[in-house]
Amino acid sequence: MRQPKLKTRDLRKTYGPVIALAGANLELEEGEFVTLLGPSGSGKTTMLMMIAGLVQPDSGEVWIDGRLATYAPPHKRDIGMVFQNYALFPHLTVAENIAFPLRMRGMSGTEIRREVDRALELVQLPEVGGRLPRALSGGQQQRIALARCIVYRPSIVLMDEPLGALDKKLRDQMKLEIKRLHTELGISVLYVTHDQEEAMIMSNRVCLMNNARIEQIGSPADLYFSPRSVFAADFIGESNLLEAQVAGIDGREATLIGTAGVLLKAKIREGFVVQPGEAVKLMVRPEMLSVLQAGAEADNVLEARLIDVIIVGGVTKTYARLADGKLIAATGLTHGPLDAVAKDACIRLGWAKESGVVLPRDDSAA
Amino acid sequence: MITARGLEPKAAGASRTERYGRPGAAWMRSWPMVPILAFLLAAFVYPVAQLLWLSLFGKTGTFTFEHYQRLFTAPVYFTVMRNTFEIAGWTTLLCILGGYPIAYLLATTTDRARNSLILWVLLPFWTSFLVRTFAWIVLLGRRGAINSFLESAGLIEAPLALLFNMTGVMVGMVHALMPLAVLTMLSVMETIDRNLMPAAATLGARGGQAFWRIYFPLSLPGVAAAGLLVFITALGFFITPALLGSPRQTMITQVVIQQVEEMLNYPFAGAIAMLLLAMALFVFYLYDRALGMTTLAGGGTQSQSGAGEQGPLARAFSAMGGMLTAILGRATDWVAILWEALAAGKPDRTARVSGRVMLRLGVAFLLVFLAAPSFFIVPVSFTTDAFIEWPPKWGSLKWYVAVLEHPTWITAITRSLIVGFLTAALAMCLGAPAAFFLARASFLGKTAAMGFILTPLILPRIIIAVALFYFYARLGLIGSPLGLILGHTVLALPYVVITIMAVLKNYDQRIDQAAASLGASPPRVLWHVTVPLIRSGLIAAFLFAFVTSFDELTIALFVSAGAATTLPKQMWDDAILKVSPTLAAVSTLLLVFVTIVILAAEFFQRRAAKRG
Repeated sequence: MRQPKLKTRDLRKTYGPVIALAGANLELEEGEFVTLLGPSGSGKTTMLMMIAGLVQPDSGEVWIDGRLATYAPPHKRDIGMVFQNYALFPHLTVAENIAFPLRMRGMSGTEIRREVDRALELVQLPEVGGRLPRALSGGQQQRIALARCIVYRPSIVLMDEPLGALDKKLRDQMKLEIKRLHTELGISVLYVTHDQEEAMIMSNRVCLMNNARIEQIGSPADLYFSPRSVFAADFIGESNLLEAQVAGIDGREATLIGTAGVLLKAKIREGFVVQPGEAVKLMVRPEMLSVLQAGAEADNVLEARLIDVIIVGGVTKTYARLADGKLIAATGLTHGPLDAVAKDACIRLGWAKESGVVLPRDDSAA
Repeated sequence: MITARGLEPKAAGASRTERYGRPGAAWMRSWPMVPILAFLLAAFVYPVAQLLWLSLFGKTGTFTFEHYQRLFTAPVYFTVMRNTFEIAGWTTLLCILGGYPIAYLLATTTDRARNSLILWVLLPFWTSFLVRTFAWIVLLGRRGAINSFLESAGLIEAPLALLFNMTGVMVGMVHALMPLAVLTMLSVMETIDRNLMPAAATLGARGGQAFWRIYFPLSLPGVAAAGLLVFITALGFFITPALLGSPRQTMITQVVIQQVEEMLNYPFAGAIAMLLLAMALFVFYLYDRALGMTTLAGGGTQSQSGAGEQGPLARAFSAMGGMLTAILGRATDWVAILWEALAAGKPDRTARVSGRVMLRLGVAFLLVFLAAPSFFIVPVSFTTDAFIEWPPKWGSLKWYVAVLEHPTWITAITRSLIVGFLTAALAMCLGAPAAFFLARASFLGKTAAMGFILTPLILPRIIIAVALFYFYARLGLIGSPLGLILGHTVLALPYVVITIMAVLKNYDQRIDQAAASLGASPPRVLWHVTVPLIRSGLIAAFLFAFVTSFDELTIALFVSAGAATTLPKQMWDDAILKVSPTLAAVSTLLLVFVTIVILAAEFFQRRAAKRG
């Protein structure tokens, strides 16, 4: 069996009364790109720091490349880390910065020069070796930080919000750049961010974190289409969350009673047990909802009063209010000149039963 | 000369009929700098220049170099100069060796720990040199605390000679100046990115390599700045060598005082003071050539020139430095590897004794050395004996009674309080507008203006003191409180400007702009918005200025004639005759008072920082 590059077992950290991380289990396979995604204070940076050896865990284990490394000092872990503000050594030139980890490993001068040139080539900045870091732009500094980190081929590369300090355009560019380096070099990356778009674009798997614990681990598509909690549904993408009660269960299909007594059908995921009569939430992505023309039908239909129709470019968003006063949004591709629909007009929104996700109402039960 | 960036008139031909159609002239907006610069020119630059002039004239009023010739030909002055350099040099070295670990720990610990630890550096920094020197007499004397402890422990037969020799002077000077070294190095170390050491660790560097190759080179500007400030300040010292040393440790400032007080040879004293000034400027010049003056302002790592711009000599030096730090890193790591071999750390257990623990122990010891001695003065002040001895015979308030009943002490205390308050008030009036302007406007020569205002802080005080003495003698201001206040204001201004600028750095100027957009005129913005928000910082600046004056001896020594003496002057006069329990009582009172004022100032400053 193949050894995972990184494995944590019940990793736990508290600061006084504050729980920073409450028992996290995570595996990172060779060549995999896993993102720790979550709001600030969710424990993702704490977890990364403990894997790097910069923060000591209270309990639990860290295995790197099949070796126990829970309390090993950082320099013995064979990891690479890219910091948020790059942490380039300001008194060393770019080439010296990249050479630093090689020098620490006792490589010979000619070998170091070759490797440094190769790394600079790889991040497409072969000209800047003799300059000091502050003479470079933010994006260039970011590339050098990447080069310094991959030049010695560590077992795993850790990245702590590395794009946080860049502006939007540069960030988009660097996302693709990091993804390219990942596929080209086949490195194993653990990446921390609070930006879901970053996570979705780059990751093989996303580890969603909230309140010092792991909420859900899965591929970006998994997280998007089958969130397991209200938090996951809410944090990733846009979602409509409807209050409902379980009326009956037939295999993996459930019948729910929505507000105003409307019957709704939805699939229930494997392993999620609900009893008839239980209060749940039904999540439907806005793009799964469509505004039904007169006479058209769907598995589920809700009536609502139109509030506004907004063209956001490629897509058009329809906002309406349900009978219980809740806002509901539907997103569709923009086409044709819009029919002038009167405000407050009654519209019907429909969706297929496969696109609804039944979620536990109480988040803590997830 | 002074232009506000971005505000230059765009088109020269713009309509001049409309009042708001054109910006005001650039020099008009620089009015806040006018009072402080005028004051410093009159009360600082002019007197010092006059002193230089005077030192070039003989008794008959003819132009001559005779005073300088005498300085360089009489062997006694050569000895004094050698002493001065030797003592200042050793003091600098020891202050940096001892101060570096403290500054390093303060710069790398948590904010909370730093806030409480730094008080143990700030308190001795602000405690009167006189009080601290007396404390060392209590500790180091033949019948002092250290000797009596060692004797009772059976470690020595006869008391060690710790006082009235080089040992006493070094202990006193290092103790006096180490806080300055710590604070200067700290200001640079705080600019070093905290992620660099963790980054080096993840890249495979052990603690030793990471420190010597990354942290140490980046902290060097701070070390150099601290060395410069300590060396220059040490050059002008006289309290410590006079009270803790023997005639063999006579320093140059003592000779100046002797020439003025005993020989009444003013031009010669002026010549010596000028020599001291020349030495100070020469050291500054060397520093500037080697590192650039900007590093002094705590600019730290940002101000180094790019690698491409270095000359061959600088590159050779940096190559040598690189090799040296690499070797030091290796050496440190070998110790660490050896240690690991002996007490192997396991990956499944937390590490035991780390370098960090050793650092904490070392720093704890150094902080005790800095903060504890002053408190030895307290028990001595309650003694029943008529002389200072350890352990003191407890249980008498008679020395306090003696102080409080003696009119000389009461007048001195009152005068010091009044002079202190008026100095602080004047310094605030002159310094606050300048601080606002320096913090907010950007203009050509800003660094120069800042440097000029800070000069009185850096120059040996004796130069200002002697210069003011001549100046006042001609104006008839000797012995008047006004003369003292003006002199003390020169010294207090740097503290006021630095403190207020520090507070304004955290101040969000958009709050002012918001107030202005809501219809408040500039004075109303200042009064209703800015001042309430930075009130704590203003109070802190006032208190620092007050303590600077309240504690000041050098200028008081020259400017206040026999009758109008201040508290430090009275203490000095007493100490020259005999260090008695009376002085211990006065010192205790002073210690308590200054501690309260400084803690209050710190409190207000931190509150201001929190609000900003």
